[in-house]
Amino acid sequence: MTALVKQHLIDPEICIRCHTCEEACPIDAITHDDNNVVVDASICDFCMACIAPCPTGSIDNWRIVKTPYSLEEQLSWMELPEQEEFEAGDGAGGGAIEALDDEVAALLAEAHKGAGGAAKAPASAAKPTVNLFTAASPAVATVQGNYRLTGDNADSDVRHIILDLGTTSFPVLEGQSVGIAPPGTDENGRPHRMRLYSVSSPRDGERPNTNNLSLTVKREPHGLASNYVCDLKRGDQVKLTGPFGSTFLMPNDARAAILMICTGTGSAPFRGFTMRRQRAASGETGGMMLVFGARRPDSLPYFGPLKKVPDALLDKHLVFSRVEGTPREYVQDRMRVEKDKIATMLASDTTHVYVCGLKAMEAGVEEAFADIARGAGLDWKAVRDTMRDTGRYHVETY
Amino acid sequence: MSELINVSYDTMIPNNVGLSSDRRVLKALEKWHPGYINWWNDLIPQKFQESLVYLRTAISVDPKGWAKFDYVKMPEYRWGILLAPQVEDRRIPCGEQYGEPAWQEVPGEHRAMLRRLIVIQGDTEPASVEQQRHLGKTAPSLYDMRNLFQVNVEEGRHLWAMVYLLQKYFGADGREEADELLRRSSGSEEAPRMLGAFNEATPDWLSFFMFTYFTDRDGKMQLESLAQSGFDPLSRTCRFMLTEEAHHMFVGETGVGRVIQRTCEAMKEAGIEDPYDIQAVRALGVIDLPTIQKKLNLHYTLSLDLFGSEVSTNAANAFAAGIKGRYQETKIDDDHQLKDATYPVVQLVDGKVVTADLPALSAINMRLRDDYIRDSQGGVNRWNAMIAKIGIPFEMKLPHPGFHRQIGVFGQANITPDGEIVSKEEWDKKRDEWLPSKADGDYIASLMVPVWEPGKFAGWIAPPRVGIDNKPGDFEYVQLHMA
Repeated sequence: MTALVKQHLIDPEICIRCHTCEEACPIDAITHDDNNVVVDASICDFCMACIAPCPTGSIDNWRIVKTPYSLEEQLSWMELPEQEEFEAGDGAGGGAIEALDDEVAALLAEAHKGAGGAAKAPASAAKPTVNLFTAASPAVATVQGNYRLTGDNADSDVRHIILDLGTTSFPVLEGQSVGIAPPGTDENGRPHRMRLYSVSSPRDGERPNTNNLSLTVKREPHGLASNYVCDLKRGDQVKLTGPFGSTFLMPNDARAAILMICTGTGSAPFRGFTMRRQRAASGETGGMMLVFGARRPDSLPYFGPLKKVPDALLDKHLVFSRVEGTPREYVQDRMRVEKDKIATMLASDTTHVYVCGLKAMEAGVEEAFADIARGAGLDWKAVRDTMRDTGRYHVETY
Repeated sequence: MSELINVSYDTMIPNNVGLSSDRRVLKALEKWHPGYINWWNDLIPQKFQESLVYLRTAISVDPKGWAKFDYVKMPEYRWGILLAPQVEDRRIPCGEQYGEPAWQEVPGEHRAMLRRLIVIQGDTEPASVEQQRHLGKTAPSLYDMRNLFQVNVEEGRHLWAMVYLLQKYFGADGREEADELLRRSSGSEEAPRMLGAFNEATPDWLSFFMFTYFTDRDGKMQLESLAQSGFDPLSRTCRFMLTEEAHHMFVGETGVGRVIQRTCEAMKEAGIEDPYDIQAVRALGVIDLPTIQKKLNLHYTLSLDLFGSEVSTNAANAFAAGIKGRYQETKIDDDHQLKDATYPVVQLVDGKVVTADLPALSAINMRLRDDYIRDSQGGVNRWNAMIAKIGIPFEMKLPHPGFHRQIGVFGQANITPDGEIVSKEEWDKKRDEWLPSKADGDYIASLMVPVWEPGKFAGWIAPPRVGIDNKPGDFEYVQLHMA
């Protein structure tokens, strides 16, 4: 664990000193003098109540710092300082800061490796908060529900777990993860290591403006953490760390097209993406396409609810590899069937691609993309690198 | 447009005042509403009424509820009646009844004064929409057009807010005053708006930005003072209006800033060092800095007049009655009654500007004006920081508060922007050096050509640094109806 912290700051060049944020802040973390309006790092708890009312957008600024800027420093500013560069050992590792502690940063770096280079958030993504809660001071959530998503006879037990955060503000965006460590210690007497779980609910909760989040967790045989989480009962309390992740995020721009490819619990972030867009976008959108693979319908998480999502919002392709009497179909097979659609999407600079699931799916998906690109006269590597460097190609596999 | 007359008031007017169960007020509003819609429709050109504008609509008073953005046709904008949440056990914050419970009903002895304050505030809201009615046609970008319309619909909502107070709390004469608010009209000969600055024209976009920076800032100071009223419904109304007023300040400060920025950048690119080489700068199709200073001088001084006389019995009475406080009254550390306090007030003595300590109670206007001047200086500092950063040797200045004044101690004096008292002849001779001349106005008018392609801006103004609602640079803030 390093001593880096995230600090909320106001851009003095854009701020017009209207003090609306000061009025909106429920805990008086914002103050001002004749020159600037500033946030007290020792009080701000990232509740975000000030973000929406700001008429300028100047309020939405964040820096990762070793020592928070004092009020006096902030009051004297005429412009925001640049983000300081930290060495990899500081847990930041250059580029986007996905998490402040080395362990989580390493996990996310590994998960995002499949994109072939440093991941970048979409240009219009909301700014994520990371590492608000740590192992030393976790958020405590109460289990609101725990539902089995897969059929009774399915060969896997995938669960939808809703965690209520009560009065704790835990700002999380679709695509971000939270950490859960099973209680107790290992044979060496050390606390168990935490596992990361993607949040499967949109930013404003399972239902609009509910302060909760959901996780999609598969029970792994002998998996300490997954069994702990899958066995949670309504009313149980769970310690959460995070949120983590600052690149695998959806574009806020409703005109962006989104292509999502997943297997199994890799669907978690995409459930969040879809619900978010359904709630936020009105009128014409850039469209969303989902290619989702499972063995059978009864082992595909959210199979029922997914079928009810209107086609106008989400172009759904649910594919199965173990349905008796039908040939095995994997996500890459369906991608090839839909090659014209996908090629058109790849050629557009508003398209955002997301791949999420088991590491094993990566190679097949990558090959399918390469074939589709070639067929359309495009060079996949070049397309992918451009997309990635502009925050439009994201891989999260484990 | 006819469906708009048959408003379902429960659903069409977002409100947190229990409108659906208040038959009397509901009826009064229903009667008033068609006149309002007529007023609105007469004002804004049809093609803009039919266009989809990316607007922020207040549907509730919590931070998430009033920052809801979507495409809306302006006549279908939901003019909500929203009061900031009631503060439990709120007390009268100033005056003779300081510390007693705040009034939830109009206190009989202050009824006339209170009604007058609400009417004056209400009169300014539609006035500015009237003043700005022609600007849509020459918007320098869709972004700016959207900001104009946002300001307009929110001024409209502020009119609703004042009308609600009149109809709810002032019976028949309140309803009459509400009708009068729609009858008076900015610049009209027979029924002008009540305050001078609101009868001045807003001929061009630089004026609009100066107006929203300086004149709307007076509005902000007035709302801040009324938010300190012991009459709780007025306080709650104004507190919520202030959250919207902030957007108007934003349009003004960034608007003027973007004009200055574009001028400085164009000068740099062309290698022009001298900001006073007006012809050379104008040849670049931008507004020279001295002319921007003149516009500033004009709008700033017109706005200073809105604060009334430095020494005022009316203001003293309103404060003593507890119906209008000082700026940030609750944050001031004193007796909130001004029993023995004094305040330095400017005076003209023997042809010199001096200050004298007068009873603070009589100097409420002077104090608010001082707060306003301090507040105004903030943006000027930002503009100057930008000019310095680009590297042009020029500084914007707020002129002396005695310059170009009609009201108060300076009303009869001829004072230069530097604060020097001169003869009338000398002042008149130099007028065009200090205030926009007809030629200046003509030049600015010549630049006012519409630019309506998404992401494009007229050549005399820089693009904003951040989009509204975090939208990308080429976002189509207004989907124009081109029929």
